[in-house]
Amino acid sequence: MATQQSRSAARLMMAPAVILLLGWMLVPLIMTLWFSFRVYLPMRGGDQGWAGLDNYIRFVSSSSFWPSIQVTLIIVGGVLAITIVFGIMLALLLDQPMWGQGIVRILVIAPFFVMPTVSALVWKNIFMDPVNGLFAHLWKFFGATPVEWLSQASLQSIIMIVSWQWLPFATLILLTAVQSLDGEQMEAAEMDGAPVHKRFWFLTLPHLGRAITIVVLIQTIFLLSIFAEIFVTTGGAFGTRTLTYLIFQRVLESQNVGLGSAGGVYAIILANIVAIFLMRIVGKNLDK
Amino acid sequence: MARAVTTNRKLINTLIAWAIGLLIFFPILWTILTSFKTEAQAISDPPVFLFFDWTLENYSIVQERSNYMRFLWNSIIIAGGSTVLGLIVAVPAAWSMAFVPSKRTKDILLWMLSTKMLPAVGVLYPIYLIFIELGILDTRAGLVIVLMLINLPIIVWMLYTYFKEIPGEILEAARMDGASLKDEILYVLTPMAVPGIASTLLLNFILAWNEAFWTLNLTAAKAAPLTAFIASYSSPEGLFYAKLSAASTMAIAPILVLGWFSQKQLVRGLTFGAVK
Repeated sequence: MATQQSRSAARLMMAPAVILLLGWMLVPLIMTLWFSFRVYLPMRGGDQGWAGLDNYIRFVSSSSFWPSIQVTLIIVGGVLAITIVFGIMLALLLDQPMWGQGIVRILVIAPFFVMPTVSALVWKNIFMDPVNGLFAHLWKFFGATPVEWLSQASLQSIIMIVSWQWLPFATLILLTAVQSLDGEQMEAAEMDGAPVHKRFWFLTLPHLGRAITIVVLIQTIFLLSIFAEIFVTTGGAFGTRTLTYLIFQRVLESQNVGLGSAGGVYAIILANIVAIFLMRIVGKNLDK
Repeated sequence: MARAVTTNRKLINTLIAWAIGLLIFFPILWTILTSFKTEAQAISDPPVFLFFDWTLENYSIVQERSNYMRFLWNSIIIAGGSTVLGLIVAVPAAWSMAFVPSKRTKDILLWMLSTKMLPAVGVLYPIYLIFIELGILDTRAGLVIVLMLINLPIIVWMLYTYFKEIPGEILEAARMDGASLKDEILYVLTPMAVPGIASTLLLNFILAWNEAFWTLNLTAAKAAPLTAFIASYSSPEGLFYAKLSAASTMAIAPILVLGWFSQKQLVRGLTFGAVK
């Protein structure tokens, strides 16, 4: 077993990472908490004393708060539904024998590596532009009136863009899980005459349960804070202001740091609720 | 008979999978193709797919007008610097957690992970203030530090899962033979750890390259990397499709290539070892 000496060496080796992360977590967090109880307007007089719970109450009672929560939930829910359903279908398909599997895999994964500002801009202009976009050409070809995607169907458009970015992630993780499926069990079920949908429902889906949970949790954490996709496409207009974007606007655009910080505390609480579930699963896995 | 069915099914699988794969890849393909068109061809109706006059003009215009190289250089320094710095801090930490585990190792790992869950927007202003105070707003050094810190938990976790797979018996054998801690690390562990470290480096370089919250909010003219360069292409420049496409292609090409090499590590890295 490890000696006393190697123990203290180990602690020393861990120290830089632990101290850095501790500082990174605590310093801004304490500052945010502090600001959230202050009247703090950097452009209009700076810090003007205690606000009590005013910022917290004002943030929640502002007319843009509940819509922003709703928009956040619609985007997160929509993207999760699309990426999980199509991710399972794609994973099952990619698991089948075929020619050029490696290349198809690469094609499917590629969107994940496109930087968010690029994918947002390319979708916004080259595909969704109501005059020159590819979709507009397509609509006109079929005799339909082109849709003004980012103003008339803004939420759907953003869900589509973000789903395109995250589908590869879901597919890849679900594919890893599908590949560890017990082939013999599947064959036995097939021999016993279990139809395809029953095999999927009673064998494949339960097996994928854990992977699906992990995809849901990790994507939720990332999706709760999507920023670039909205910053570049609508700038929060047309009913696409998420909680993250609302806080960003309060802090940097209207320079009301107290109010924005209170919003930040809400966002931190929201993210932590999701995080607790994720940590449990990851933690259980560590014991194995 | 059975074999014929399999071949048939394989053919159908292949066709469906390729169709879907190409559909998903299409936006990228279309962007790359558009970057070689003239502006007129880029918006022509009906759209031209392959039969247009291929030109490299857009690339030289983008480079001349916006000094693409400077943004590229910023991206390389920021992504590379934060990854290397992160590895320097994380390798010893992950090593000690994997080989000298204590009762608290698990808690420390989970706590590190929890710092990753902190929504960036919640701490935007404090970081902004600290940056102004330290005079590192809109500098590459500032971004290197922030991106190193946000990716540090992932780096530690990935390395930890890789190091965990190195059999402990080998270490014990080396110790029995009288190897010192330094020898142990240099001659026994390092060769076995290199593949894991390389994959971690690759994945984190990609994540840092594409990071688009801090890079957009903490840079202006000087330190802006490619994410910010592209964001500046929103209207009116965004309406010049061919140039937008050329700029986009240049921003994503290096990472697409790297990404294809790292696809296997992606799962492990982004699920914190929960799915292998």
